Amino acid sequence: MNTQLRPESGENTRLRLVDCDIHPAQRTAGALYPYLERRWVDHLESFGTHIRQALVGQLAYPRMSDGGMRVDAKPEDGPAGSSLELMREQHLDPLGIEIGHLIALGRGGMEERNPELSAAMARAVNDWQLAEWLEPEPRLRGGIVVPQDVPEKAVAEIERHADDPRFVQVIMSTRPNETIGARKYWPIYRAAEAAGLPVGLHPAGYSSGKPSTGGGWPSFYFQEHYTFVPGSQALVTSLVIEGVLEAFPRLKVAIIEGGFSWAPALGWRMDRHFDTFRKEVPHLKMKPSEYMKRHFWWATQPMEEPKNGRHVEEVIDWIGWDRILYSSDYPHWDYDNPNFIFKFPLDPERRAAVFGGNARALYGHA
Amino acid sequence: MTDAPFRIDCDFHLPQAAVTELLPYLDEYWTRQITDRAMHRMPFRLSSYPPNAPLTRNPAYDDLTVSGALDRFDLSLAVASMLHGVVALHNPDMRAALLRAVNDHLAAVWLEAEPRLRGAILVSGEDPAAAVEEIERLAGDRRFVQVTLLAMQEVPHGARFHWPVYEAAARHGLAVAFHAGSLYRLPPAVSGWPSYQFEDYVLQSSGFENILVGLLGEGVFHKFPSLRVVFQESGFSWLPTTLWRIDKTWRGVRQEVPWLDRPPSQIMDGRVFFGLQPVDAPGPAALEQVLRHIGGTGMLLFSTDFPHRQFDGDPVPEGFPDDARPGLFAGNALRAYPRLATDPAVPERLRTEEEPA
Repeated sequence: MNTQLRPESGENTRLRLVDCDIHPAQRTAGALYPYLERRWVDHLESFGTHIRQALVGQLAYPRMSDGGMRVDAKPEDGPAGSSLELMREQHLDPLGIEIGHLIALGRGGMEERNPELSAAMARAVNDWQLAEWLEPEPRLRGGIVVPQDVPEKAVAEIERHADDPRFVQVIMSTRPNETIGARKYWPIYRAAEAAGLPVGLHPAGYSSGKPSTGGGWPSFYFQEHYTFVPGSQALVTSLVIEGVLEAFPRLKVAIIEGGFSWAPALGWRMDRHFDTFRKEVPHLKMKPSEYMKRHFWWATQPMEEPKNGRHVEEVIDWIGWDRILYSSDYPHWDYDNPNFIFKFPLDPERRAAVFGGNARALYGHA
Repeated sequence: MTDAPFRIDCDFHLPQAAVTELLPYLDEYWTRQITDRAMHRMPFRLSSYPPNAPLTRNPAYDDLTVSGALDRFDLSLAVASMLHGVVALHNPDMRAALLRAVNDHLAAVWLEAEPRLRGAILVSGEDPAAAVEEIERLAGDRRFVQVTLLAMQEVPHGARFHWPVYEAAARHGLAVAFHAGSLYRLPPAVSGWPSYQFEDYVLQSSGFENILVGLLGEGVFHKFPSLRVVFQESGFSWLPTTLWRIDKTWRGVRQEVPWLDRPPSQIMDGRVFFGLQPVDAPGPAALEQVLRHIGGTGMLLFSTDFPHRQFDGDPVPEGFPDDARPGLFAGNALRAYPRLATDPAVPERLRTEEEPA
């Protein structure tokens, strides 16, 4: 992939790139053990994790490449994304990324059913991020993984890291037990708002025991891949209509790898039917699209590629050019290179905003 | 009337029959079951459309009869369905018997009385064998032009489980329509059960996105190339993202779905149609943008969604191109509904009309 870089990678350096979606991987099944109490190491060795899907340690929709990763991103001694050295060589250095946000998917407690183990794994994955990624690599920032279905433990985990500037957001599962706007999770939103941390919502393949569409389980990865779009629409719908954003007016939410081009259509739809349902939701004081525009930021990857690139421009005109965040999704197969994602010319101001300025403003980076 | 533009409504609802009205179409066993179990006093209203909710009931139409609505909206033909709650029963035998009664009632009471109506055969999306049986039973009546299924159910609509239904529908020239609404077997989205009806309704369009991706991804159109599909009360403003995304994903994932031998957006072209209502895009500029992003108006079918809330009386939203109106009112429907294309009530000049560019 490096060979595809055009000479203007120097220009990217001037852009001061912020990449809002990089996935670090655990090198081995025991990678978190140094960060877990003996009790939980023994537990994992014996019982393993306990999540809501049929298969242990693998996805039921096999990806088109090993783990859905870029085949060139795999180090010799582990899965793609497990080597900081390769991440630097292949991604951070050549693209001139100044700041990269880690989204630690995989084993991390968000999907774990055992409440105490869920909390222990969330703590461990955060300590692992700190020790193995954030300390050795100052360009990286972490996301506080929380056990959202044990809200009091999630709040404690947010508070444990709230004062550490290397953690820049709160990461919760997009497939929690209840709809994400449910009151059960409000303590998490309260804590994130109090800490001034955005909530980052990034879909993941592990099942929550509820079908990935409202109409059942699809058969093919081709379909499962698409479910990230309606799944993310449901997150926004829930946060808006359940009243989270009325209750927490300073909460900021980043939709990461959920797409952004559907945002206008969802805003229009909620507004269109708001009149019909207004008496059912008196807690909403503004039109739904106004909450969307006040509270949401949107990561680019996977970038839409209509035949006419300008169509994307029109979509972003509605969302706001100050709300779009460049993201690469390194090292996944559908990775987006910043040099190629826009199929229409961007003026310098917009380029600077999308490739770094917006993220700096949202996350408070210098 | 002969000079008035021919206008076909692809989403028109008939008043729901009370169970007592269905008794004449049930045999002795089921009549006895219904009365012994006091089901004749049960409302059988779908939770997706609570009878007095603002979504379902437009007070402006309270005094409007079916024929009055056809007159008022200048409808030449209307594809009429009865979204009856019996479809949500779990007992497959009871459900099939009551669905037969609903369809028989529709034919005997409505299609007989009102020559402008065309019928929709309501079938269960949970029992393909029963659905096929019902299609075979009624297909000889050319006044039925559509098979109707609720959008949200347990097994995705594209799955092979359902293919016998598509085979039968395609063979008989019946369009298959998915209408907004849920059997509530599953939460409306992956993240779980919302607290409010408002969310359930908003999420219907997400459900349709998954249906479209599913029909394509599972290979339904490869298997049944003559099948025509109509999305009713789905909205269509969401389509640009779906078209862009599936064509892009296909480039990376096509080895898995080899029956998709060209970009999926091309495969659905001319096979999947959308009822006009509800128009979620606000105002002419947004509508114009959506139509440009989806590449035209050829997949849109005029609909009133009478007597539901969606239709506010303007037959065509502001911003809809004038030169696309003939297609919207009739031409597109004749491509969506194979039986309407040969319907004697449709003027010859329309039946032979070329497809819009």
